[in-house]
Amino acid sequence: MDDLARLLAAHPFLDGLGRAHHAVLVGCTKNVRFQPGQFLLREGEEARTFYLLRAGRASLEVHVPGRGAVRVETVGAGDVLGLSWTRLDGADPSLPPRVHLDARALDPVVALALDGACLYRKMEADHELGYVLMKRLLALTYHRLERVRLQRLDVYKASP
Amino acid sequence: MTTPIPLFDPMVPAFARISRVDRELPDVFTWHLAAPSGAGFSFAPGQFNMLYAFGAGEVPISISGDPNRPEELVHTIRAVGAVTRAMQGLRKGDTIGVRGPFGSAWPLAEARDQDLLFVAGGLGVAPLRPAILHALAARSLYRRVIVLAGFRSPADFIFRKELERWRSRFDVTVEVTVDRADTSFRGTVAVVPALIAEVELDPAATVALLCGPEVMMRFAVRELERRGVPHERIHVSMERSMKCGVGFCGHCQYGPTFVCKDGPVYRFDRIERLFYVREI
Ligand SMILES: Cc1cc2nc3c(=O)[nH]c(=O)nc-3n(C[C@H](O)[C@H](O)[C@H](O)COP(=O)(O)OP(=O)(O)OC[C@H]3O[C@@H](n4cnc5c(N)ncnc54)[C@H](O)[C@@H]3O)c2cc1C
Ligand code: FES
Repeated sequence: MDDLARLLAAHPFLDGLGRAHHAVLVGCTKNVRFQPGQFLLREGEEARTFYLLRAGRASLEVHVPGRGAVRVETVGAGDVLGLSWTRLDGADPSLPPRVHLDARALDPVVALALDGACLYRKMEADHELGYVLMKRLLALTYHRLERVRLQRLDVYKASP
Repeated sequence: MTTPIPLFDPMVPAFARISRVDRELPDVFTWHLAAPSGAGFSFAPGQFNMLYAFGAGEVPISISGDPNRPEELVHTIRAVGAVTRAMQGLRKGDTIGVRGPFGSAWPLAEARDQDLLFVAGGLGVAPLRPAILHALAARSLYRRVIVLAGFRSPADFIFRKELERWRSRFDVTVEVTVDRADTSFRGTVAVVPALIAEVELDPAATVALLCGPEVMMRFAVRELERRGVPHERIHVSMERSMKCGVGFCGHCQYGPTFVCKDGPVYRFDRIERLFYVREI
């Protein structure tokens, strides 16, 4: 197994996927690094990349006029970043998919960067791979939604 | 650890003098009380006292002090209503009434030779503090000790210095998160279940102790289930309003149980059905 396939197999998001599928994904993947303060994703830019974080933390931020950047979540090793390439957000398919949040490295970040368009093509060509990945993406989205709900409830506000 | 028997007549408050007040947050303070009897005040981590502010009323408050220092009784209180606001107005040297200790305790003896996972939300760190202090003092009795704590924002940390001290130890894992923060904050922004999702766990050898708002505990239990921690290894501390504190009045009824007597600490599998029933 080459290095990238091994790194892909070691990431929790792809854990348990068959070797053959890891090998297919290698063609879409490169190893990337970011210094603290560098952006992995910028709100509004074309959504090209799906990151699997291997080390370091990144913060997800929304720019709010008058308030500046608001940190909505931090993510770290084992997490994934950038889902807009899936086009599950219901945006006009004739337009390029857009990133909806800033993602900025807080520490030195090491990640696998998967080209979204490449991944999308592979998933369309191999529906078994597509189904497995879609299930994982759905589970991930569900977990994120659950956390956002809890965050919105503001449970610590003046309650013991 | 056995459950201590109250030192006093459980219905008659003993007097205790406030020897120190620490201001944790604008609405949260910690009282250090000189133990009401010379013999000291022994309690099991997880238990609570009924504290009486003369002229205002009596409320249940968990003990947040060190079980190895029975000469001092410690409580951490948030001012939310009539009684707790009156308590916030009291000063060093003032006297209050104490009944207790009451209720069930964290299962620290059963957890020996296991991994101890503490999951605290907001003021929930206070009832867990005695158990954490015990685990740190008797570190060799346990395998891994993990403390996961969530607060509203970086301005709402409780026991900040102590969390930092614990974090600097090599034999404890401490992860702290906040629900919201601006970009000047260097720490983790996420809800507590996100910490549970990421921490290294041996589910079959983990005993999880949860304390915080009920909604937070529901989400935390769900995440522990995903990680494979069996329900009988999860313990939660429940709160209900109380009057007698000793199982007489029925005020704190929780299904077929009384929180003052059968709780506040429950093994999750024993109350699972109640946990999801509304208005209990
Ligand atoms: C076993 C046990 C341990 C507790 N430990 C602590 C502790 O360590 N520190 C601490 O600050 N508090 C603790 N509490 C909660 C504390 O007892 C209440 O906050 C207190 O009784 C409120 O009394 P009050 O007269 O000041 O407010 P009230 O006038 O009775 O209530 C004011 C507001 O607070 C809400 N409220 C009251 N009690 C609770 C509660 N238990 N949970 C959520 N909201 C509530 C009410 O609905 C109301 O909106 C504990 C409760 C129990 C049952
Ligand atoms: S407070 Fe009276 S029975 Fe529990």
